[in-house]
Amino acid sequence: MYPILKAEKLADKIHLMVVKAPRVAKNCQPGEFVIVKIDEAGERIPLTICDYDREEGTVTIVFQIVGASTDRMAELKTGDQFRDVVGPLGNPSEFVKEDLEELKKKKYLFVAGGVGTAPVYPQVKWLKEHGIDADVIMGSKTKDLLILEKEMEAVAGNLYVTTDDGSYMRKGMVTEVIKDLVVNQGKKYDVCVAIGPMIMMKFVCLLTKELGLPTIVSLNPIMVDGTGMCGACRVTVGDSVKFACVDGPEFDGHAVNFDEAMKRQQMYKTEEGRALLKLREGDTHHGGCGHCSDN
Amino acid sequence: MDVMKKVPVREQDPKVRATNFAEVCYGYNEEEAVAEAERCLNCKNARCIAGCPVNIDIPAFINEVKEKRYEDAANTIAKSSALPAVCGRVCPQESQCEGKCVRGIKGEPISIGKLERFVADWSREHGFVPKAAEEKLGKKVAVIGSGPAGLTCAGDLAKLGYDVTIFEALHEPGGVLTYGIPEFRLPKQGVVQPEIDNVRKLGVKIETNVIIGKSVTVDELMDEEGFSAVFIGSGAGLPKFMGIPGENANGVFSANEYLTRSNLMKAFRDDYDTPISTNKKVVVVGGGNVAMDAARTALRLGAEVHVVYRRSEAELPARVEEVHHAKEEGVIFDLLTNPVEILVDEKGWVKGMTVIRMELGEPDASGRRRPVEVPGSEFTIDCDAVIMSLGTSPNPLISSTTGGLEINKHRCIVADEKNGQTSREGVFAGGDAVTGAATVILAMEAGKAGARGIHEYLSNK
Repeated sequence: MYPILKAEKLADKIHLMVVKAPRVAKNCQPGEFVIVKIDEAGERIPLTICDYDREEGTVTIVFQIVGASTDRMAELKTGDQFRDVVGPLGNPSEFVKEDLEELKKKKYLFVAGGVGTAPVYPQVKWLKEHGIDADVIMGSKTKDLLILEKEMEAVAGNLYVTTDDGSYMRKGMVTEVIKDLVVNQGKKYDVCVAIGPMIMMKFVCLLTKELGLPTIVSLNPIMVDGTGMCGACRVTVGDSVKFACVDGPEFDGHAVNFDEAMKRQQMYKTEEGRALLKLREGDTHHGGCGHCSDN
Repeated sequence: MDVMKKVPVREQDPKVRATNFAEVCYGYNEEEAVAEAERCLNCKNARCIAGCPVNIDIPAFINEVKEKRYEDAANTIAKSSALPAVCGRVCPQESQCEGKCVRGIKGEPISIGKLERFVADWSREHGFVPKAAEEKLGKKVAVIGSGPAGLTCAGDLAKLGYDVTIFEALHEPGGVLTYGIPEFRLPKQGVVQPEIDNVRKLGVKIETNVIIGKSVTVDELMDEEGFSAVFIGSGAGLPKFMGIPGENANGVFSANEYLTRSNLMKAFRDDYDTPISTNKKVVVVGGGNVAMDAARTALRLGAEVHVVYRRSEAELPARVEEVHHAKEEGVIFDLLTNPVEILVDEKGWVKGMTVIRMELGEPDASGRRRPVEVPGSEFTIDCDAVIMSLGTSPNPLISSTTGGLEINKHRCIVADEKNGQTSREGVFAGGDAVTGAATVILAMEAGKAGARGIHEYLSNK
């Protein structure tokens, strides 16, 4: 059993939890994910690690209610526990393994959309801890859905916040901010890391390709085991089929076939008797990108 | 009674069982078991023992059944096997013990598998508990993976007095017994769980949710957590796909995914959250036991099911009983047929499959006649789901994070067949992680060999 040391509602349908999982906390790195299972009947839910504390043996997860299991997870309180937490899974972000001196010469731009802010945070924090200031764009549908702003402010170089409806800070999509920074203000970036709804990542990649800015995306497709066993998370990157769980979750955004990935995301949307699962598309589709018409 | 024929085993009616997940075969009752045991010739030179990968003293336990000394029979089997209730159900007896049975020369062989199952079920129902070691050796051994290889290795080492911990990546122990083989063939609560509990009763600890290579490495286990030796029985978990067009369409699953959803996550039950695709017409590609399991699961979830296999019935690698059961239940076999392309609708879902007729040519490296395409014989099968059951290969997570561990070109760990010794001192391996996908009983044989190798290594250290 894995006790919950802190449970906090960040926004409508978005929850943060700090969970005791010493084996995960000991070896995890930014970019990696865990799978949690609330109880015997629960689904295995993959969630990118948002933060970790090696001394305390804890990991922080942020999730949005998208189906039956996450709906029940949202009810959990401090002192409750998860039946299962396994990880770390996937590969660390590329910069973790890079030579630090080389890395310090690079300028990073992070683009965080909606709940995608959670996996962006540990990356920006890691860079900050290693003496590197990265610029961050945070996008959300509306002011009330913005999460982790203060935390991000503490670790980011320049932070640009934008909302689709203009209810807070800038008004507009994250892609407009990228364009403003790179084209109008002439800022130079070496790498862009975009994490958020699939549709946001697609449009960020279309733009950064045009701008000649290499872009890394983090995918969170449907998966069961998370160790390469089921193959449900397969995604086409360039000419080859990859398993997001063991080959990713981060990939070259300019090579990812987003249209196929978005279709695959819908797979269990139509299953009978799974009332809440009709919201599953929301898994990576939770506003903030400005491209969603039905969200 | 015809002594040349097996005592028939009672089964659920095919029409009824095609709609439920309860066990197909009821097994022998006492009377039937004794009657079947009486057919045994009790050969002096018992060929069946040599046919069993773990060399159970088959004539001895059958004789004990004949004399109704069931606890003795359980003890005889326990000397060689930790998982008799599993093996009695899933071993390919026709090519092992029963294939060697002298009775089988003129008539039907003794139903050794069903007798083993009877003894195992009897001892479970009568609370028979395996004996734990009296003396502890004070040495820690880590076993990676709680499938047949790991459970067997751990059980044998615990009986010798070692302090054994099994590390399991999933949230439930059992490996393929839990995620792979369906309920209707191997009941989880009734059979698998009690066998795992028996291994625990020997003193073995099982820690779930630990992915070796990620949560902790083999080096950390040995250098920081005080394990003197490690046995890797992590199986062959990575599914293969064909690489044909349309394979990433919605509705194309690996058999691993489909079966894991149903067996491990219990998606077939309404009271569990995990969804599973329910379809009208499913094509299963492949002819092994896993293909049969996937086909029969899809059938139970309400689909019309076709098995597409490129060779003929004689070459089907599945157990004869599985093919027989699948046919009885209504699975349709499209033999000498091979997929060419999966057809996809505008929304990205499977709508059919183009296949081509095959014929058998000259024998290939495996000794089976090689299937070759019949030119111009393509045709289309309408379907709304495809399950790929083409075999699996080992996960590279452990081998790529363990220093000095040699692997071959198939990513299998190189290990000595006799004792499981790998290229790394103190590290042993066996089962599908070494051989690639094989059977439960061969993995158990490798688990036993690994336990012997580890005992020898630690005794001389």
